[in-house]
Amino acid sequence: MVENTLHSISLYLPEIVLVVTLCVIIVADLVLKNQKHASAWIMLGGLATAGIFVMLQAGTVESIFFGMAAVDPFATFFKVLLIFTGIFVVLFSMKNRELEGYSSRMGEYYMLFSGMMLGMLMMVGATNLLLMFLALEIASISSYVLAGFTKRSLRSSEAAMKYIIYGAVSSGVMLYGISLLIGVTAATDINAINEAIAAGVEQTMMLNISVLMILVGLGFKIAVVPFHFWAPDVYEGAPITIAALLAVASKIAAFAMLIRLFSVSFIDASGLSTTGTWSSVEGIHWGLLLGGMAALAMIVGNLAALRQDNIKRMLAYSSIAHAGYILMGLVIMSSEGLTSIMIYLFIYLFMNLGAFYVAMLFMNKAGTESIEEYKGLGHRAPLAGAALTIFLVSLTGLPPTGGFVAKLYIFGAAISGGWIWLAAIAGITTIISLFYYIRVVRNMYFFKPDEDAGRIEFDISSKVILFALLVPVLLTGLYFQPVLEFARNSMLMFGF
Amino acid sequence: MSSAIFEPGLNHFLVVSALLFSLGVMAVLSKRNVIMVLMGVELILNSANINLIAFSRFTELSLDGQMIGLFVIIIAAAEAAVALAIVLNVYNRFKTINLDEINLLKG
Repeated sequence: MVENTLHSISLYLPEIVLVVTLCVIIVADLVLKNQKHASAWIMLGGLATAGIFVMLQAGTVESIFFGMAAVDPFATFFKVLLIFTGIFVVLFSMKNRELEGYSSRMGEYYMLFSGMMLGMLMMVGATNLLLMFLALEIASISSYVLAGFTKRSLRSSEAAMKYIIYGAVSSGVMLYGISLLIGVTAATDINAINEAIAAGVEQTMMLNISVLMILVGLGFKIAVVPFHFWAPDVYEGAPITIAALLAVASKIAAFAMLIRLFSVSFIDASGLSTTGTWSSVEGIHWGLLLGGMAALAMIVGNLAALRQDNIKRMLAYSSIAHAGYILMGLVIMSSEGLTSIMIYLFIYLFMNLGAFYVAMLFMNKAGTESIEEYKGLGHRAPLAGAALTIFLVSLTGLPPTGGFVAKLYIFGAAISGGWIWLAAIAGITTIISLFYYIRVVRNMYFFKPDEDAGRIEFDISSKVILFALLVPVLLTGLYFQPVLEFARNSMLMFGF
Repeated sequence: MSSAIFEPGLNHFLVVSALLFSLGVMAVLSKRNVIMVLMGVELILNSANINLIAFSRFTELSLDGQMIGLFVIIIAAAEAAVALAIVLNVYNRFKTINLDEINLLKG
């Protein structure tokens, strides 16, 4: 027993590093009062160390802490994505002018941030309903505070309040669902739940209700229709760095948890097949239900984004639409669908963070979030304008960017899985999305800037961060074989 | 008839928790005061707790249910603390905690 625990600890090093980082940031905040970016650098160091430990785990397939969590390539893939996101958002935070009025409290910011990263890393690996719920709450509670971090701003306060009310209710409903699921199957481990369901459950009605309730909690986290109402308000009110974190990292973690829970617990014990089966939980047509949610998310997200003027709000609706596209991969429930989700999330990370980053740069320099006031910005800031254009083209899904590859795989998986109507809706909504993405580009380039408005210059570090996001978006459009291989192997070794 | 009342079984607990859950959801949906909404959330969390404890008493789940119950109590406390801090800040900014009057963000 001791040996098992010690061995588990050696495989849980990334999470432990983040806990240590959190503690070091608290102490450093007390000691180094005057160092402006001290906690940011500590956080970066902690994330990089955690990233190295995650990389060292590549290829390991083990269940640790007596079945509480899993270390497998599936978790490793998502942990790498999360740590990338974390590093980028720390870099953004160092550049963000919104946070400058709060420089004495930045220690708290990074402390909560590392807590959120810890929760998300745990979400990805959890294989026990208790740990899943705990990890979700660790990530959520930190993010509630972060959303209201710029507390002198009215909009930020309102965003935090809306976020915690929606979040607390949906996680409460999810917990009720978990309690029913645990009661019906008399097990907390997701493999044991699968065995119990395969052996036959008497109360199928209760089982169905419990899965629906769990879906409420996870649907809230990934911001998919009809649980999306919080997203536009929170993204608009929260500091833009936190909006980026919520749009990317928390979505990645929640998708990883959703995939693990559904594909391990609720499908046939024979494992993932090529066509996909949902036969374990009878009574509700789960594929149709999730497909309907995905279709609604694509339609509502894209149509609502059309009439937005605030760029953060527009990106919020676009991220709802993207949640719909990603959910399409889960509907098929085949290894092909899940692989395409992983590729999509990898590319989504860079292109969405990029769009948020340029929006932040424009807010720093031009002081506006309104798309109407972007007129002429393309002439005043050629590099950032061109970068934003590429990110938005990629978000639309046009070649030669990474977004095209992402959409290609997920549409292909949907069609080969027989979900033609869903793929058709996805195609039509993609065309709709072109209008609002291109509107930003049109405003930037098709209008002359004011006479007195000078050029906007960025310092060298801002440009380096911009290129670090831009290169993967362009590169994955041409050469994506390594990601594809990694994702395929992860699905093959999806052990737990 | 009378023995069913004096010897509560699993179903009795489940009915109580379902009622509590419904009351919580109703409070969340109908109340406009943020504090009342948060009390509704507490009802929802505690109804789940009753479920967990009842299952661990009456099924072969044994102590797992009680373990989860303990963790849920801690989570509920943490969530309530954070929520009240946020609500206090909102009150300082808006001078109200009526949900209908806090609507800068919309559209």
